[in-house]
This record gives sequence, C-alpha cells and structure tokens, in this order.
Amino acid sequence: MLKTEAILFFSFGYMGLLFAIAFFGDRHAKIGRSIVSNPYIYTLSLAVFCTAWTFYGSVGRAAATGIGFLPIYIGPTLMAALGWLVLRKIIRISKIHRITSIADFIASRYGKSSTLASVVTIIAVFGVIPYISLQLKAISTSFLIIKEYPIITMPGHFAEIPVLKDTAFYVALLLAIFTILFGTRHLDATERHEGLVAAIAFESIIKLIAFLAVGIFVTYGIYNGFGDIIEKAKAIPELKQSFTMGTLSGPYINWSIYIFLSMMAVLFLPRQFQIAVVENVDEDHLKKAIWLFPLYLLAINIFVLPIAFGGLLHFNGGNVDADTFVLTLPMSEKKEVLALFVFIGGMSAATGMVIVATIAISTMICNDLVMPILLRMSFFNLATKGDLSNFLLTIRRGSIMLVLLMGYVYFRFIGEYYTLVSIGLISFTAVAQFAPAIIGGIFWKGGTRLGALSGLILGFLVWVYTLVFPSLVQAGFLPKRFVTEGPFNLELLRPFQLFGLQGFDHITHAVFWTMLINVAAYVGVSLFSRASAIEHTQAAFFVDVFEYSEKPEKSSFWRGTASVRDLKSLLRRFLGKKKTDKELSVYAKEHNFILKNKLTADADMVSYAEKLLAGAIGSASARVMVSSVVKEEPLGIDEVMDILDETRVVIAYSRELERATAELQAANKRLKELDRLKDEFISTVTHELRTPLTSVRSIAEILHENPKIDDAQKKSFSAIIIKETDRLTRLIVQVLDFQKIESGKIQFEISRVDFKEVIKDAISATSRLIEDKNIKVILNLPDSITLIDGDRDRLIQVMVNLISNAVKFCYNIGGIISVDLTTKTNHLKINVKDNGIGISRKNQKIIFQEFRQVKDSSMGRPAGSGLGLAITKKIIDFHKGKIRVKSKPGKGSTFSFTLPL
Amino acid sequence: MTLTFLYSIEEIMIKDKVKGKRLVGLFLLGCLLFNFPILSLFNLKIIVFGIPLLYLYIFLIWFIFIVFIYLIVKFSKETTPQILK
Repeated sequence: MLKTEAILFFSFGYMGLLFAIAFFGDRHAKIGRSIVSNPYIYTLSLAVFCTAWTFYGSVGRAAATGIGFLPIYIGPTLMAALGWLVLRKIIRISKIHRITSIADFIASRYGKSSTLASVVTIIAVFGVIPYISLQLKAISTSFLIIKEYPIITMPGHFAEIPVLKDTAFYVALLLAIFTILFGTRHLDATERHEGLVAAIAFESIIKLIAFLAVGIFVTYGIYNGFGDIIEKAKAIPELKQSFTMGTLSGPYINWSIYIFLSMMAVLFLPRQFQIAVVENVDEDHLKKAIWLFPLYLLAINIFVLPIAFGGLLHFNGGNVDADTFVLTLPMSEKKEVLALFVFIGGMSAATGMVIVATIAISTMICNDLVMPILLRMSFFNLATKGDLSNFLLTIRRGSIMLVLLMGYVYFRFIGEYYTLVSIGLISFTAVAQFAPAIIGGIFWKGGTRLGALSGLILGFLVWVYTLVFPSLVQAGFLPKRFVTEGPFNLELLRPFQLFGLQGFDHITHAVFWTMLINVAAYVGVSLFSRASAIEHTQAAFFVDVFEYSEKPEKSSFWRGTASVRDLKSLLRRFLGKKKTDKELSVYAKEHNFILKNKLTADADMVSYAEKLLAGAIGSASARVMVSSVVKEEPLGIDEVMDILDETRVVIAYSRELERATAELQAANKRLKELDRLKDEFISTVTHELRTPLTSVRSIAEILHENPKIDDAQKKSFSAIIIKETDRLTRLIVQVLDFQKIESGKIQFEISRVDFKEVIKDAISATSRLIEDKNIKVILNLPDSITLIDGDRDRLIQVMVNLISNAVKFCYNIGGIISVDLTTKTNHLKINVKDNGIGISRKNQKIIFQEFRQVKDSSMGRPAGSGLGLAITKKIIDFHKGKIRVKSKPGKGSTFSFTLPL
Repeated sequence: MTLTFLYSIEEIMIKDKVKGKRLVGLFLLGCLLFNFPILSLFNLKIIVFGIPLLYLYIFLIWFIFIVFIYLIVKFSKETTPQILK
C-alpha cells in the first residue's frame, strides 16, 4: 500500500535533496572549485528540454500518432549540428555583453531598446504560461493517480473542484515557494546560478533513469522485448496503422513543421536560453554537448513506442489516458517501488522546467518590464534611491509567484481540455516568434529595431488569434461560432482556416501564418527603416562578434567620461556595496591603477560599468542609468559608420592597401624628383658644354683673325684649346657611361686584376691635373697584393674619378692627396684622402646620387657633370664593394671603398 | 607586427570555418534524410528484426547522425581565445 503520507514524504525528501545539491554546488562555486564547469553537467542541464511533456506526454502522443512524438527530438538533434555555428555565436555575444535573458539579447541587438525588451518579455510570459500549466497538470494528475494505488482511476474535471481543494493549486504554490527559495537566494542576481545548474543536471539523471526503468520493465517485464510488442500490436488494425505515416502529404508537412518548431524551441525557450547561454561556463563545453545532448534525447525516446503500444494493449481501450501510461502500467502490475520512482521521475522532469523557466521569466519581468517603467516614473525617483538590490529581488520573487499562478489559472480553465503535447506545442509556436529577430540579428546587420518590433508584434498577434482564441473558445469564454464560422460570420477569418488555408493541423497552420507574417514584417520593415547609430554599433558587435571578441573591452559605445564617484554610487545602488567594490577593484587591478586615486572614469571603464549593470537590470535599463552619469554624448553617427561599415578584417586589408598606396606615392614622388634632377642635369651639362665650347671658339677666332700672333702665344692658345676639348670629351664620356650603366647596357670585362697597377695607371692618367695644381701625392701601397676579379678599365675609372675629385677639392696651394691600399681578411680597402675644402654632413648623404653636385657659394660652380661619383658608386656596387665618405668642412675628406677578395 | 597578428586570427577563423562548414553540411544532410521525400521511401509496412522499418530507419539515422557530429568535432580541432574562458 502506498499511503498519501509516504508519497508526500518522498516528494519533499526529493525536493530537500535538490536543495542540498544546489547548496553544495553554490558552496563549491564560492570557493572557486566549480562542480558544474564540465561538459557533462552542461549537457545534462541542457536536458531540461525534456519536461513532463517528454516524460508523460510523448507516450500519449505516440499512442495516438505513432512516430508523431519524434520530431520534437529530431529538431534539437539537427540543431545540435548547427549549434557550433549559431549557439556558440549567441554564447559569445552574451558573454561579452553580459546578457542575462532572451529579452535582453534581442533588445541589446537592436540598440538596447527597452520597448523591444518589454515586447519580448510579454511574448515570453504568454508563451511560457501554457507550458507551465502543462507541468502543473502532469504533477497533480500523477499525484492523484498514484494516491489511489493500486486502483487506477482517472481524475475528474478540475474545474468542478473548489480552488482550495485543488491539488494543482497547492502544487503551483509549493513550486513557487520552492523556486523563490531556490533561485533568488542570493542578493546578487547577476552571477550564474551554479547550484541551480547542478540540481537541474541531477534532475536530468533521475528522469532518464526513471523513464528507462519503466521502459525496460514494460518491454522485458510485461512483454518479451520489442519484437513481442510489435507482433502483438500488428494484430490490431488501429495499432498497425501507426507503424507508418500514412500516404497523405499532410503528415509529412506537419512532421517537418514540428521539426522546425522544436529546432527553434531548443534555442529560444527562455529556460533553454538560460541554461545553454546564461549559465554556460565555457564555450568549449559545446564541443561535447552537441553530440551528448542528442544522445540523451535518443536514449529517453527509445522506449516511448513500446510503452505506448504496451499500454494500449494492456488496458485494451479502457478509459486510461495514454498520457499516464508511464505511471499506470507499473501500478497495474503492482510494482509499488517502481511506480513511486516514476512519480518522482515525472516530478523531476516537471520541477526542472518550472524552476528554470520561472527564474528566467522573472528576471525578464524584473529587468525588462518593471524596471523601465519604474525608471520612467519620476515620482518614484528610483534613480536617486539607495541600495536597490533587495528591491530587485522582491520584484523577482513576486514575478515568480505571478507566473506560477497564471500557469495555474491557464491549467484550470483551458489546460485540462488538451493533451500534454498539444499544450506544449502552443508554447513552442510562441517562442518560435523570436527566431527571425535573433537569427536575423546575429547574421544580418540590416535588421533594425523597427523591423524586429513589427515582426515580433505581428507574429505574436497572429499566434494569439490562431491558437489562444480557439482555446478560449474551448474553455467557454468565447462562443463556438468564433471557430466554426469566424468572427462576425466572416468565413475567411476562421482562426483554424485563416484566409481559407486548409489541410494542416492547428499548430502547423499557426506556424505557417505566424512565421510568414513575422519574417515578412521583420525583413520588409528593416529594409525600409533607418537604423540609429547605436543600432549600427550593436549590429556590428553582434554580427562580427568573433572579430571583435579578441578584445572584448572594445565592444563599447561610450566615448564620454564620468566621475568615478558617480559611477560607483550608481553601481552600488543596483549591485550592493560589496559586489561593486569587488568588481571595481578587479578592474582597477587589471588596468593597473589605484581606485582611490582615480577621479574620472574613461570610456572603457564606463562601458565596463554599463556591462556590469546590464547583468543586474538588463541592457536597456543599464544604458539609461549609465547615460545619466556620463558627461559626453555617445558616438555620433559618422564615427559609428566609420568603425562599422566594414568588419575589422576588411579594415585591416584596407590598411594594407593604404600602405601600398603610400609606397606608390613615395615612388612617384621620387620619380618626379628624378625628373626634376634630370632637367637640372641637362641644364648643367649644356652649361658645362657651352663653357669650353665658348672658350675654344673665342680662341679659334683670335687665331683666325690675328695671323701675326707670335709662336709663344700660339702655343699657349692651342694648349687651352686642347685642355678645353679634353674637358668636353670627358664630359661626354661620362654622360655616355652613366647612360650605359643606368640602362644596364654596360659590359664588364672580368679578369684577374692587380690593384696596385690600377692605382698607378690612375695616377699617371691624372698626372697633368695633379701637376697643374702642384699637389703632392703620397702612395701607401703594400709590397705584394692578392689579385681580385674585376673589370680593370672600370676600376681605373673609379680611381681616376676619386683622384680628380680630390684634386678638385684641394686648395690651390699646399694640396696633399694620399692613396692607401690595405688588405683585410676578405677584402681590399682603398682610401683616397685629401686636405681640401671638405664636404658638409648634409652633402655627404647625397653626393653619390646621380645629378648631384656639391654647390659651394665660396667656390662657385664646381667643374664636372655631377655624374662622377654616381658612376663610381655603380661600378663599386657591381664589384660587390662598398663606398663611404668621411669628411669635415675645411678639414679635407676621405673616400674609402672596399672590394671583396 | 600587425601582419602576424592578423594572420593568426585568420588562421583560427579558417579552422573554425572548416568545422562549421562540415557541421552545416551534416545539418543539411540530416534535414534531407529526416524529411519528405526520403522519409517516404521507408514509409512501408515492412517489419525488420521485429521492428517496423520506418522506426528502425529513423532511430538508426538518428544514431548515425550523432556519431557523425562526434567525429567532426573530434577531428577538426581549433581553439577558443583564452580571454573568454
């Protein structure tokens, strides 16, 4: 015999155990040894997806439709494969922006809009209420059934029982108290709830084991395995029918739509978002979770069909509700312990959902519905009140109670007319409305606040019209004619056949219309509306999160500064003193400053504070609060556009491009400079050519016109002519040489060269220049020298150039030139030193460039083309040597070069 | 200096994308196998190993699908920036 007291004892014992686990988890989290920070706990907590719907409802669904229960689990399996792409992105975004709920996520994406946050919250609340009523129904029904053990009776209509005698009412109350104690123990509501996650993971183990236990008992205890059940079911035509999906196309479309719905639900149900995103400890846990989670779903579904067929065969069409087979089968076989275990398993499935869902919803109601209203009501003067963290918790507790009572009301008036699965599907359809705004929001920058708002509102209204109104009809609040003939007798507007669309079941019909209108409004309005600066910013931060998240502090919007005191007191009001001081000192430590000494918070610190605050009161409210203490405006539209039109990578590429352009510009500038120098050179050369030509011509004229000129004079005149034409020849040879080297036409003739010979030849070639100026030449040459490979004539040219340069620089009296040749380990070193006018530092840098001449006002224009040293350098470069100049103005210069051996 | 930095991010992104692309491919394949018309090929009144063909097909594909996710995750490695851990 199972006494009611015993059932209650075990139920409360189980709840107590959950408390212990949560306490244990929180304590470990506090001392930094998280027990939930591993992929297995994460996966198990994700299994909060499996509620009483899965535990009791799947069998009911399977009994009616065969495999019709399966899409709800195939969808999440498919989504798991996409999880790496979609869920990981959502998790990354939420971590960076400290997002605490799905309303916060959508609001934050579309410019931290508080309107949007409220709309999402309202949809989530309405969407989740049927789901909660489903759990209440499952717990109270299973309690009423197991209470009568071993007699199997179906509970009557709840509506006939007074509220105070209704089990479901007490279940709702108990769950509310339990959740309040459980989920809002801490003063700070921003942290992850590690204890909660541990308890949820534990519940997932219990419900899986309980379900598998029933499955094994039915399949192998009552029957002889899968084959036996199928064999027996085959004999009954109605059961045999559910082996296939039938031949119509309708079931296939329903099937696909359910897969789609469950794909959306597994991501966007508030409780799934809470567990998968907000409570996620480490992104890498996804790697295991994306295959372990589907495996869990597979495991909990294997025995659904055997239990369904087994139950139908066992009770043989009796009035036992298929939704209760999981419990009634062990009961009918007098398995007391198993029945009790199943009851506990069902309770764990239901409580897990209720706890997480109400915590998630209460956070949203508090942050996104109540807070913005209170912030706006000036008489309430919230912004100036003291510590508000207790006030926030009270709001949260109140909303938990409210949500559960609303769940009860729904159950009492509407829920009991529906099966568990069909109630759940109504909720799924509601949360699917979030899909366009979120999926669009993280992959498409073009989505705007107005677009998201219109999509959500229209989708929600169509949902209300096609699914909620008909259920009100069922409950008797609206006349039946509303469904059968349409409002005001307008047949086109019948809620189950909107605009005459037929052939689908109610859910598929509703999904089609809601999604069509939602997506169309989202995309259409987005394309025709203009996004504000902050929407642009947030769009880029969300869509390109992986580029930005390398530096999370860069994902900020503030440019202004605030006083640290204001910021601190703002944070203290919402987070409490202890947490504020802790977080700020962590920040100060990370950024190497002492908090006490800091007076103004920079933009980075402001946005850090905003994110902290967002964790407590949601991003929209946080923005309002922070802007009240920040001095400057947020970024202007131009700046934002500058940052955001392209992703960082593209910007980096364009920097590359800029660099290349800069190089090109520099090259172009150099070309222009060369061009200018060439012009100068031509004028120099023509001038140089004209001077000797003029003197040759004038002397020739003198000789021509004065035949009687004496011999001595004749000789001196002709000497001048020879000298001037020499100079001309030299000039022309140099120009030709240079041109040849520049265009690469010059042919070097390499042979073994004795450099001593080279020097001697060069000296003799320049002997006349040297003698003209009475210069003393000192040669320091070693006795023997290693031969080098080189072009002898060109090397002579090098020496001639250097020596004649030295001669040029020497003063007219007392000039000394010394030429040193030394052998180093792997090269020859040659110095040509003079004691002439020297070269200034500035000129030292440019004398090896072509067309450059050292102009010295005191010396007038130097002789020569300005090509000598350029040619010299080119020749030495060819021989892989190096040339340098050392000089001080007035103290002579030394040209030295090396030639490798 | 910016160049090497960029390269490493790109490298990570490329590896990430490989895994992402494989999983998207698997997802699309899954959508195909779990829907009409492929599903209708197995929608027959045949019983294999004592189990209706349609049930067997769905559960088998389901299991193989999970194994493939496991393999893809295991054999395309990359890292998550330390910052976020």
